[in-house]
Amino acid sequence: MKKQLITGVLASVLSTTAMAETNITWWHAMSGQLGETVNTIARDFNALQDEYKITPVFKGSYVETLTAGIAAYRADQAPNILQVADVGAATIINAPGVAKPVEDILVQSGYSFNNKDYIAGVRNFYADSNGKMIGMPFNSSTPVLYYNKDILAKAGVEAPKTYEDLEQVAKKLKAQGYATFSQSLTPWIMFENFKSRHNLPVANKNNGFDAPATNIMINTPDMAMHFNKLKEWSDKGYYKYYGSDWDANQQPFEKEKVAMWLGSSGSFGGLRNRVDFELGTTYLPYWKSVNKEAGRTFIGGAALFAIDGKPQKEQQAVAAFFSYLTSPETQMFWHKSTGYVTVTKAAYELTKKSGYYQEQPDAEVGVKQLSLPGGEWTRGYRLGFYSQIQEVMHREFDNVFADRITVEKALANIDKESQVMLNRFARSVR
Amino acid sequence: MEQRQQFTHSALPYALLVPQIAIIAVFFFYPAAEAIYLSFMLEDPWGLSSTFVGLENYDIIFSSAEYLRSIFFTVGFAIVVSFLSLAIALLLAVKANNILHGKSAYKITLTWVYAVAPAVAGIMGGFIFNPHIGVFTDIFASLGWDFSLYTNPFDATLTLVLVSVWKQVSVNFIYFLAGLQSISYAVNEAAMLDCESDRRRFWTITFPLLAPTGFFLLVINLTYAFFETFGVIDTLTSGGPGGGTTSLVYKIYRDGFIGTDIGGSAAQSVVLLVLVLMLTWVQFKFIEKRVHY
Repeated sequence: MKKQLITGVLASVLSTTAMAETNITWWHAMSGQLGETVNTIARDFNALQDEYKITPVFKGSYVETLTAGIAAYRADQAPNILQVADVGAATIINAPGVAKPVEDILVQSGYSFNNKDYIAGVRNFYADSNGKMIGMPFNSSTPVLYYNKDILAKAGVEAPKTYEDLEQVAKKLKAQGYATFSQSLTPWIMFENFKSRHNLPVANKNNGFDAPATNIMINTPDMAMHFNKLKEWSDKGYYKYYGSDWDANQQPFEKEKVAMWLGSSGSFGGLRNRVDFELGTTYLPYWKSVNKEAGRTFIGGAALFAIDGKPQKEQQAVAAFFSYLTSPETQMFWHKSTGYVTVTKAAYELTKKSGYYQEQPDAEVGVKQLSLPGGEWTRGYRLGFYSQIQEVMHREFDNVFADRITVEKALANIDKESQVMLNRFARSVR
Repeated sequence: MEQRQQFTHSALPYALLVPQIAIIAVFFFYPAAEAIYLSFMLEDPWGLSSTFVGLENYDIIFSSAEYLRSIFFTVGFAIVVSFLSLAIALLLAVKANNILHGKSAYKITLTWVYAVAPAVAGIMGGFIFNPHIGVFTDIFASLGWDFSLYTNPFDATLTLVLVSVWKQVSVNFIYFLAGLQSISYAVNEAAMLDCESDRRRFWTITFPLLAPTGFFLLVINLTYAFFETFGVIDTLTSGGPGGGTTSLVYKIYRDGFIGTDIGGSAAQSVVLLVLVLMLTWVQFKFIEKRVHY
């Protein structure tokens, strides 16, 4: 009896201490080294204060995390914070009442918020058409050009700024017996960011920001020109298409089979450790003939969304965490340990001051590219069923580079199938 | 006086059946009913809005050339994988059964990969046939074959078939070997007196006696080729290149889970359900009749 009493007292004491802490969960898709960095950030946040406790949970790939989040939401078991990738942005932002805008959550909990604090290319991507930020940009990267300095020096060429230069460089590299380049994730680099870099629209309805887009600008003269050039280069052996798999296109660059690789700015950390040659990084090439004043690109990667409908106390915990996450120190830590760009200007300045870019100039290329002047069409895009549309693109591009269909036919196919999907999506979110 | 055997109607047998029925209801009937319902709806992924669209989802899949191609691929793939897995396993089982010395070494090595999960087999295949570091890719290259898993649909299909068959052969091998061992030696002995030809004895005596095992394995293998090869496809080709290796099951997964198109994906799973029902009917109606137990 006495024993029971003691246990009862103990339990109540323990539960009151637990009660004082508000627990929140964070579902993310960061594996390996990235996952450890996520855990470090969460641990530091928990150690810094004793009011809130965040628990990060690894849920698999981006797709698996979003699917798990959707299933949990339908069962009223959603986490407080859900990480959603760029392709899934339309899925969550267009769902009314699912995500609570970060701007609201921060302001309501007494934190200041100014979207001008964020780097230009990052600011609008996860915002609504009025510029109100819905998702908190988290792991952000952008496509850049990596090159093998040794091979380029051997051929006596500079890293190309434009695709016109690239074509000239390719001839010289070919004479040396090298293929010029490969690239990973064709829809991301050769469609979305091609459009952003040249300040061209990605989709109608203001790139899908004003209302769900019903048409993407894929079957256009600029796309036809670009893909016909890629096909021509592929036939000449300048460009190597290794399929839709990311690594299959990155490996040949690491193994010095190709001199350049278009990939994510977030890849530089891993690349630097793996390659035996001098690595160089520069901006994504553009066509002078399409737009002489090429500007910034879109961010890739993912954002954190606060799920709405949670108790007030938990929303305050989320706000406190977001505030901690965007502090310059946390951002710099994240940037240095992972290679993803800093999302705020203050963090960028702090990293600059720390002298990091003197040792690692490649780490700055992504941030600088995202800070280039932008235009009407460089804010971002919002496309429903977009991962399915990307699948269609992969399929058609596979066929183009395997000589099974023409570029024009492929673009027409993508146009037709994406319209069906976009129209369905537009109807489903009514 | 004869005592009449009669079962009194009590609730007990039904009560004993309840758990099983409940499990089937929860894990099969309920999801199947839900899939049929969703296949007539256009719904957003979060379940916030749902509109009745009639046959639109079915209309879209049947007017899609991609979907029809996926049916052809699935059927062709299932036939090739099942045939090869069964044929190779049968050959190996017959040969292993005839060996007098060191039988267990053969048995162990041939059943070695029995428990390998399809996804694991796929990942291993991904290394072996990798375009840059794959051992087989290098061997093919030295033979002058420009093998390319990620860009050539034929090569990708071939890889899928090889990996799927490799994984399945040992399962079939175990069953065939057990089947062979259950054939009475007396029958074989008698046949040996009458007929000298090994091959003839096999086709007239052994094969018919193995038919029940064979029929069971045919059902299992078709199911395997239709459904379980999902893991191999997902880890090896993700349905590419050029959509050339997208099976029906993989397409349902991709449209429903990756693409979050619930209505379209549900319609596809209903079509698949009907296809499987038809296939099962054909199997039991026409093939089982020729099997003598």
